[in-house]
Order: sequence, then structure tokens, then C-alpha cells
Amino acid sequence: MHSRNRLILSSSVALGIAVTPASAETLDLGIAIPRLTVAEYHRPYVAIWLEQPGAAPRALSVWYDHDMKDNEGTKWLADVRQFWRAAGRSMKFPSDGVTGATRAPGDQKISFTAGTGPMPKLAPGEYTILVEAAREVGGREVVRLPFSWPPKPGIVRAAGTTELGAVSLSIKK
Amino acid sequence: MTSRISHRLALLAAGALMVATPALAHRQWMLPSATILSGDDAWVTVDAAVSNDLFYFDHQPMGTTGIRATAPDGSETKIENAATGRYRSTFDVHLLQKGTYRIENSSNGVMGSYKLGGEEKRLPRGTTSENLKDAIPAGATDVRTSEASNRNEIYVTVGAPTTTVFKPSGKGIELVPVTHPNDLVAGEAATFQFLLDGKPAANLGVTVIPGGNRYRGVLGQMDLKTDAQGKVSVTWPSAGMYWVNASVGGGREGGPPGGPGGPGAGAGAAPPAARPMPTGPQPRRANYVTTLEVLAP
Repeated sequence: MHSRNRLILSSSVALGIAVTPASAETLDLGIAIPRLTVAEYHRPYVAIWLEQPGAAPRALSVWYDHDMKDNEGTKWLADVRQFWRAAGRSMKFPSDGVTGATRAPGDQKISFTAGTGPMPKLAPGEYTILVEAAREVGGREVVRLPFSWPPKPGIVRAAGTTELGAVSLSIKK
Repeated sequence: MTSRISHRLALLAAGALMVATPALAHRQWMLPSATILSGDDAWVTVDAAVSNDLFYFDHQPMGTTGIRATAPDGSETKIENAATGRYRSTFDVHLLQKGTYRIENSSNGVMGSYKLGGEEKRLPRGTTSENLKDAIPAGATDVRTSEASNRNEIYVTVGAPTTTVFKPSGKGIELVPVTHPNDLVAGEAATFQFLLDGKPAANLGVTVIPGGNRYRGVLGQMDLKTDAQGKVSVTWPSAGMYWVNASVGGGREGGPPGGPGGPGAGAGAAPPAARPMPTGPQPRRANYVTTLEVLAP
């Protein structure tokens, strides 16, 4: 616990992000994984990451076959191409707090708290959360959720057309 | 018909000067199964061939004896499972390190002739600048030599791209990344610097051809020139595999106009006028080929 706090503090300073007293700001993501009627279906690999102009992208969560023997599921992480280029290729997998299991079709939810785990404290500015899904013997799609910090009221909504359904971001103070 | 004649002329010219690489008149290429890889136990398999259409192995295989793989830390890595068929060769490289590998098939040959006892003799195959002295017997006159550096190399990256394998050797044409060759995306511009014998190769012709031309009516070739720093910028029109060629002194594509290998050779233009063989040192000949993968955004 101690070491994790220290780690976040030092990286926050390095990124020039203001260290302000924590007010538990929660970012709730809704990600619809479409149910597809295809002969061979595999759950998609899904990557969620944060981008801000002028800062290194930050991986928030990656859903992949993390429990295969010899870490074999990482072989296909490069197929989540935009994520791989933005952040994945310089990471080690499994990644603590980021690695997750693949999820079934349906409405999936995941929440992040600014300043906790993979989500950094956020300085005022413009950000984008990106969600990319890549499916074995299927396609690949990226959906972007732009937002401001401090957050404006309302829900940010976007939608994919093939590998992702409705994707939303709501921020609670 | 003219194309066949000029093609034959190019072959003749190439035959007079070429050593290790059999057919400059066609396109040599290596096609990797992937250029960007993840995971802890990555392999790449490569097709290697010589053909006109890219990347269809329908003419001649590339020999595998000269193929070398260099790991991200600069050490040599063996190629495995090499096999040569009628039309193509194939081999694997086990990518045990993280970073960028170079897989190359390059040669530095010296070609030329001399006169001995009134008879003109060719330098034997396999002559290099190191063994040139031994290749020319005492009493030889009218020695004419020309060094040709042929480099065909591809790059593949496991994890984050690295640049150790781009450290120039100072021989022939070499690529120095401004944009890393394993970080190319359609619609984005990429810049590469080319060196000739270790120095920026200004005004060098660089030819870029997208693969898949068997099913296209137009070749889609881009003819580019390097600037004073040897740099050239390419904006990739679409995702896919691209063949890139740069050459000086008479390569097939990208060479100076009018030479046996300049633009137009083998492409239906009138064959260049035959010129008398000059005496003294021949112009520097160097050829560079790579295959680049451009990904969809």
C-alpha cells in the first residue's frame, strides 16, 4: 500500500500533474460488447486507455486471455493495434491493476477513481479515454470518449458499429 | 516488346557486374509474417523471393545462405528452418529479445576485369575488396573494378521499437530511422534518412511500391528523392506491405535516369544507348531494398 502511494506520487510529479487533496472522483465506463451471430466467436481483447495532449498515454485496463499457460495470451495484444502503439508495446504483461479477464457480450461496466490504481490524478485540461476491441477471427474498432477536467455535468456517449456497441463515460464527484 | 529488349539489356549489364545477387532486373524481397509482435515467445517466418509482382513468389527463390539476423542487442541470431523451393525460400527467426531485429541479405562484391597476356579476364565470383589483391595476378594490366554493395533487409519488433540495429556499418546504402520502420500508419508521414558509405546520400532516388499489384491496373509507384541530408518523407496512402528500393550506379529502380537501371528500365521505355566500357574505376554501385508494413490507424 505504502509503496503504491509513493509510486503514484512520484509519477504524478513527473507528469506535472497537480497533487490536490483527493476528492473521490469516480469515472464510470459503460462498454457494450455486441452479441454476434458468427460461426466462430471469441470474446474480444479490449483495451481502455487515457490520452492527453503532451503526455504519455496511460493504460487503464486491458482485457485479454491473461490466464493461459506461459503467458501465451499476450501474443495477440499487438492486434489491439492502436493501444499497442500508444501504450502496450512499452509495458510488461501481466500489468498490476491493468490486466483483466476477457468479458462476455453484454453491457460491461468498469470504474476508475482519479488518483487510484492506473488512473492518475487529473490536472485541469482536455482528456480522451479510448476503448479498442479486437476479436480473434473478427475485426477491430476504436471508440473515443473526450472529456474535460474538472468534469462538466452530463454523460459522454459514443458508439461503435462493429466490434463495440454503446460506450459511455459518467463522472461522479 | 521493347520492355523485353531493355529487360535483356539490363540483364546483360547486370550480368557483367553482378555477383552474389542473381537478378537485379527483378524485384528481390523478403516478406515477414509480422513486423510488430507481442508476447514472450515470438517467432517470425519470412518468405524470400525474386519476382516482378509484389509480393507473389512466382519466379525465383532467394538463396538463404547469406541471410543474417541481428538481435536488438546487436548479437547475431540464427535463422531456423530454412528451405528453398522452386519459387521461394522460407525461414524462421526466434525472437527471444524485446526490441527491433534486422534480418538482412547483403553482399559487398567487387566486379571487374583485367588483361593478362593480351586476353581479357573477369574477376571471379566471390571477389570482395578484401581478397581483391589475390584475385588479380601479377602482370595484369587494364584492371577495371567496381564495388557493388547490395543490401536487402527487413525489420521486426517485439514490444517497443529500438534502434541498435540501425547503427550504420558505413558500407553501401543504409537506412537510418527518423520515423521507426516498425511504427508506420496509413495517412501518416514517415521520414527516413539514407546513407551511402556512411554519409548522407543526397539526391538519392527512392522507389516505393505498394504490394498487391497483381490485382491492380496501376503500379502505384512513388518515385522520391532524398534531400541534402539524405532524408525522404513518405505519406502512406493505405495500410499494407510496401517494397522500398534505393540504388546508385545502375540499379533497376531508383537509379539515375538513363543508366541501365534508371527509371524506365524494364518498364517499356526505349533502351538506353550502349556506351563504351569506360576505363579506370567504375562508379560506385549500391542497392538497398526493404519491405515495410504500414498498419491501419
